[in-house]
Amino acid sequence: MDKKAILALEDGKVFEGYLYGSPGTAFGEVVFDTAMTGYEEMLTDPSFAGQIVVPTYPLIGNYGINEQDSESKKVQVSGFVVCEWCVVPSHKRSSKTLHEYLAKNNVPGLYGVDTRALTRHLRSRGVMLGVLTSEMTPNQALEEIMKQPRYGNMDFINQVTAEKAYDWEDDDTADSSAMRIVVLDMGMKYNIARLLAKQGCKLHVAPATADADYILGMKPDGIVLSPGPGDPALLDYITETVKTLVYKKPVMGICLGHQLIGRALGATTYKLKFGHRGGNHPVKDLSTGRIYITTQNHGYAIDASTVTGGLEVSHINNNDGTVEGLKHRDLPVFSIQYHSEGAPGPQDNEYLFKTFLTMVKDGK
Amino acid sequence: MATKVSKVLVIGSGPIVIGQAAEFDYAGAQACKSLREEGITTVLVNSNPATIMTDEGIADVVYIEPLTVEVIERIIAAERPDGLLPTLGGQTGLNLAVELADAGILDKYNVKLLGTPLETIRKAEERSLFKQLILDIGEPLPESVTVNSVTEAKKFAGKMGLPLIVRPSFTLGGTGGGIARTTGELEQFVSSGLAASMTRQVLVEQCVLGWKEIEYEVMRDAADNCITICNMENMDPMGVHTGDSIVVAPSQTLTDKEYQMLRTASLKIIRALGIEGGCNVQFALSPSAVVAEKWAPDQLDKTPTPQYYIVEVNPRVSRSSALASKATGYPIARVAAKIAIGKRLDEIPNRVTGKTMAAFEPALDYCVVKIPRWPFDKFASGDRTLGSQMKATGEVMSIDRSFEAALQKAVRSLEFGKRSLLWEDRSWKKDGDINSFPLHPNDLRLWALMAALRRGITPVQLAQHTGIDPWFLYKLNNIYQMEGRLLSEPMNPDLMRQAKRLGFADVQIATLADSLPEQVRSIRKNWNIRSVYKMVDTCAAEFDAETPYFYSTYEQENEAFPIESAKAVVIGSGPIRIGQGIEFDYCSVHSAWALQKAGMKSIMINSNPETVSTDFDTSDRLYFEALDEESVRDILENEGLPSPGLPAPPSIVQFGGQTAINLSEPLAHHGLPIIGSSNETIDIAEDRHRFEDFLDNLGVPQPPGAGVTSLKEAINVATFLGYPVLVRPSYVLGGRAMEIVQNEEQLIRYMNQALDMDRQHPILVDKYFEGKECEVDVVCDNKEALIPGIMEHIERAGVHSGDSIAVYPALGLTAHEVNTIVDYATRIGIALHVKGLMNIQFVVMRDQPLGSSSIYVLEVNPRSSRTVPFISKVTGVPLVQIATNVMLGKSLKQQGYKAGLCSEQNIVGIKAPVFSMSKLVGVDTYLGPEMKSTGEVMGIDTTYEAALVKALMAAGLMLPDKGTLLLSIADHDKAESLPIIRDFYAREYKFYATEGTAAMIQQAGMKVNRISKKLSEGRPNIIDLIQEGQVSGVINTMTGERSPLRDGFYIRRAAVEKRIPCFTSLDTARVAVRALAKGSKFYNVKPMSQYVVREK
Repeated sequence: MDKKAILALEDGKVFEGYLYGSPGTAFGEVVFDTAMTGYEEMLTDPSFAGQIVVPTYPLIGNYGINEQDSESKKVQVSGFVVCEWCVVPSHKRSSKTLHEYLAKNNVPGLYGVDTRALTRHLRSRGVMLGVLTSEMTPNQALEEIMKQPRYGNMDFINQVTAEKAYDWEDDDTADSSAMRIVVLDMGMKYNIARLLAKQGCKLHVAPATADADYILGMKPDGIVLSPGPGDPALLDYITETVKTLVYKKPVMGICLGHQLIGRALGATTYKLKFGHRGGNHPVKDLSTGRIYITTQNHGYAIDASTVTGGLEVSHINNNDGTVEGLKHRDLPVFSIQYHSEGAPGPQDNEYLFKTFLTMVKDGK
Repeated sequence: MATKVSKVLVIGSGPIVIGQAAEFDYAGAQACKSLREEGITTVLVNSNPATIMTDEGIADVVYIEPLTVEVIERIIAAERPDGLLPTLGGQTGLNLAVELADAGILDKYNVKLLGTPLETIRKAEERSLFKQLILDIGEPLPESVTVNSVTEAKKFAGKMGLPLIVRPSFTLGGTGGGIARTTGELEQFVSSGLAASMTRQVLVEQCVLGWKEIEYEVMRDAADNCITICNMENMDPMGVHTGDSIVVAPSQTLTDKEYQMLRTASLKIIRALGIEGGCNVQFALSPSAVVAEKWAPDQLDKTPTPQYYIVEVNPRVSRSSALASKATGYPIARVAAKIAIGKRLDEIPNRVTGKTMAAFEPALDYCVVKIPRWPFDKFASGDRTLGSQMKATGEVMSIDRSFEAALQKAVRSLEFGKRSLLWEDRSWKKDGDINSFPLHPNDLRLWALMAALRRGITPVQLAQHTGIDPWFLYKLNNIYQMEGRLLSEPMNPDLMRQAKRLGFADVQIATLADSLPEQVRSIRKNWNIRSVYKMVDTCAAEFDAETPYFYSTYEQENEAFPIESAKAVVIGSGPIRIGQGIEFDYCSVHSAWALQKAGMKSIMINSNPETVSTDFDTSDRLYFEALDEESVRDILENEGLPSPGLPAPPSIVQFGGQTAINLSEPLAHHGLPIIGSSNETIDIAEDRHRFEDFLDNLGVPQPPGAGVTSLKEAINVATFLGYPVLVRPSYVLGGRAMEIVQNEEQLIRYMNQALDMDRQHPILVDKYFEGKECEVDVVCDNKEALIPGIMEHIERAGVHSGDSIAVYPALGLTAHEVNTIVDYATRIGIALHVKGLMNIQFVVMRDQPLGSSSIYVLEVNPRSSRTVPFISKVTGVPLVQIATNVMLGKSLKQQGYKAGLCSEQNIVGIKAPVFSMSKLVGVDTYLGPEMKSTGEVMGIDTTYEAALVKALMAAGLMLPDKGTLLLSIADHDKAESLPIIRDFYAREYKFYATEGTAAMIQQAGMKVNRISKKLSEGRPNIIDLIQEGQVSGVINTMTGERSPLRDGFYIRRAAVEKRIPCFTSLDTARVAVRALAKGSKFYNVKPMSQYVVREK
């Protein structure tokens, strides 16, 4: 039998289970994700930095890990809590088990947990800090949580952004006439780059700290602001950059990128009680009335009542009415709170990259 | 949508047959309710009386009439609906819509086809059009060719090689198709497929055996919003019809890349087809490496987006939609109906959460397993091999947080006695190698896989041998390893908890750990290891949902707190099987509703995903669970209130067929309250000896008989009673059951076989009275009995009552006979202390001079019966509601009912059985004491003849006005058959007949073509005549011997495969000729409210 381990939450609730992955202790904001497939993508999604993730689907690891479906270069979650992980996965692309992958990345996992009870707890109490540990007693763990910095006070961008700027390798189809796109990497998922490259773009990925001069100096035809972790209110140094960029070039913002566009033009953001994480959220395009099923992973949102600076709300969440998209009335700027790149999740929103590139072309 | 509709005609799916079962009652009932919510007037037509949808209160106007173009035109002319919704009535509904459109009827009456455009139905169903459409949108299809003849099929086989798959157009459940591995099979499948197809076309297709089979349920609204409800993965790889596959939801072995690839393809297809509503898409997906090595060596590449093919598209609500609805909580039919009248997904509320809209995709936080229920326990001689033609009559579903537990609970739900996964066939060798187990697709494969694992055969070996993905086999291996631990390790709380989490029942744990189930139960409760209940909420707990829909698991948190008001539990009837069909679900649903009407909360327990009873809003709370002692006790305890005296709510066991009634003993034993007839009452009726004594004391006669344990004894008893006698084992084993034996020779043969099988339990030998059979359903309140009507069977006793044509009222009984039946029924009910329903079968013997006939009681069932929906409908007496009220303590008098027989309605109602024999190769179709039918239809009209014509039409037993019959009559039936043959002759029928029969016909002065009797004696023989379409019907009575090798068997099978009526009882043939040439003016087409006067 595996070693016992626990997940202790800051409100004192403790979930017992068994350890898998790497032994040790991990702190993080505990969040649940309702996507039923795509745990490899989930684990490597930089927006999960600083979070202990709980997939609500109980059987995780069934098809193993292939490291082809990764969305960044490492496991980004700080801990992974599941009901059951699959000891003998089955898939022809699988190269290791979920356990081996977490162990290799020094990330602890907890299994044997009533993840539905945990999800219901987070849903009613809101997301909160927790510690996943195979080393501490519940009391020690609760004490340690109190010493941790609050999730909302932490800037995770430096953990996930590119160390230095680079050209995306996968763009061999692009020729000299190709559109040049700069992605500002605040925790970019690979699939954003893959899909843009597939559209024939030449991509340059800039670290989150890159200033407007650098970015504009790359002579881009358009700029994509990537998703990323944490509270956008802490990121004024990027918001300032965005404030310059939106007036110069066509810009598309995704998730955190969307929040920063809003903030750059005067809107405010707030924290959702338990966020939107999963692959089944309905979004309504207000201009057409059409519903799109989207991948989402965010804990903060734009406050609709504060949207200003020429922006208007273009999309809303059909479940709770929150802002899901912004569009500028005059500038070639739009943004979405959800993930047009899916991965994991529906491919229904990939059309937005085409929309963006059309906008770029028109502006060229 | 251009025009708003205000009155919609909904077409039901007709009788339950294999491939088209209770799921369409569920879909239709949901749709009608959904449309009425929108202020639409609904008109419903279905020929099946055993459905909730045909009840008062579901649709505004209900027609129970045959589903033919002619009848529906008359309904359209009378009702003038402006819309027709055919997508909820299965293939039957869809085919009728096409026929109505083709006949110009929809245009003539300006009826708009809702849901799926006509063009789409054609495109999805006609193979050549479908192929073009899929190729046009760039989606991959297996190589295939549409053929109209066997020759063309063979040509394709020459190019592609075998195996090939044969699929007829416009059929349900793959009727007439199959996987052809040899040229002989190819010929057979193509010709039967051509016969089955409405368009005389079949598709011959490349066979991707061993590939994964994946399904998606998708929906689209008129604004082009598209969503997927659910995907499902078949444990059985390609090669087994999805209706015959073990299916899990959601998919388990697909990466997100694969999941999204197929999801996107599904949405592309529903858009291309322009469906407004639901649609089901089936895919073949490149298999795992282990399987590919052996089954598809070209599929070993490791691309993120592997190869797939689209195998099938159903442009309508289907069996899979019902499964997906129950698996996710998302009411597909309800939403599809609203979409059909122009609503958008984002405008339709999600009733499950009560907060969100229908425009989202359900997220599951559990694993769902469906296992089909096959009829081979009834049809021991049937071919158990599974292929592209569906054979299951029903299915079970179970939900849990692990696959192993969901699978084991589903096995428990199958109700094969106490057969858990531990079961092994006695013929399986203890040291067998992989080839010694039945691992090819068949109904026992799951158990064979477990047996093989126990013999040390590895999951990988099994994966290569069967094509099943190793993931499933490693999960089975987990179960096997737990078996080993339970056998060898001392029990402790950790082990117990782990075993429960893998779905081991107390009975299994007891067997393995060498203790008693009751001990296991009490130990685990001491250790506080008890089931908790989680909610099916469509959203993986993201939103606080309102659905009262629960499943059990062994985890920490329980979400189902006991309901705190007056309540009762209705125990459902489990999977649909021959002998226990949709009728029992009908009764369960009405009982739940009656409880609600009486101000109580109703709690439903059932395991069947196809039915109305497991719809989340049928009862106040639904437990989707196995119907065995352990799970029912767990639920009852969970519903117990801590206040003293209420350890558990009362259970109602009368409506869920034998499944529920069998639970009365264990519930009573453990002091759990049952309302209605007591366990004592049930025991007297079910225990043969006690029942004999009971009837003797009451002075009610029953056929004489005795139990015997030797051949000599049997011969003595039979000689004493006089032949024919009815013989049956007192304990039924492996499908051997009742037979009527005519002489000593047959008795010896039967006894030798029966004693061979089982020497421990006696064989029952009863006098067989070949008289008129009647039955009644009775409600008793312990003081009085209410009999809504007497049903008279057209076939004499000896044909199972479920396979007989039943007529209400009993037109052929004298007043004295009626009085005797009412007297017996009343006395039995009161003396047995029946509280609620019972069904009694009688045989009326008239060998005495008229007026002095004797009536014997054949059987008393202290529960609701198969005929309850029919008799409730034709008499207008809501039997289940009355019975439920009686159980709650309200007497018949208090309910305003007079004791005795209700006054007759001024109509005739005829219930006719429907069989699914074309799906079950190797099964003999003759009518006998063992039930074979899967469903029923009803003909109702003001005269007997008109009702008869409609019943036969609806059952597919109507002969053409003029035609040719093939006759082969047993010697002992010859004299009786002559007047029937004369009647046919008078209708200008032509005859072919076998030697003896032909001689008789000739002697009687009629023209007949004699044919060589023996199949071995040259061609053309009888079978050729049938296959070539030269005869329009067959009358063939049994010689008594029922070996499948005799000519009669082949004649009957050939008729079934050619889909022509085959009468094996002269009684049925007699009414069939009576119904001839009546013409359509002859019968009425009227709503039920105009036939039946409801009084109270």
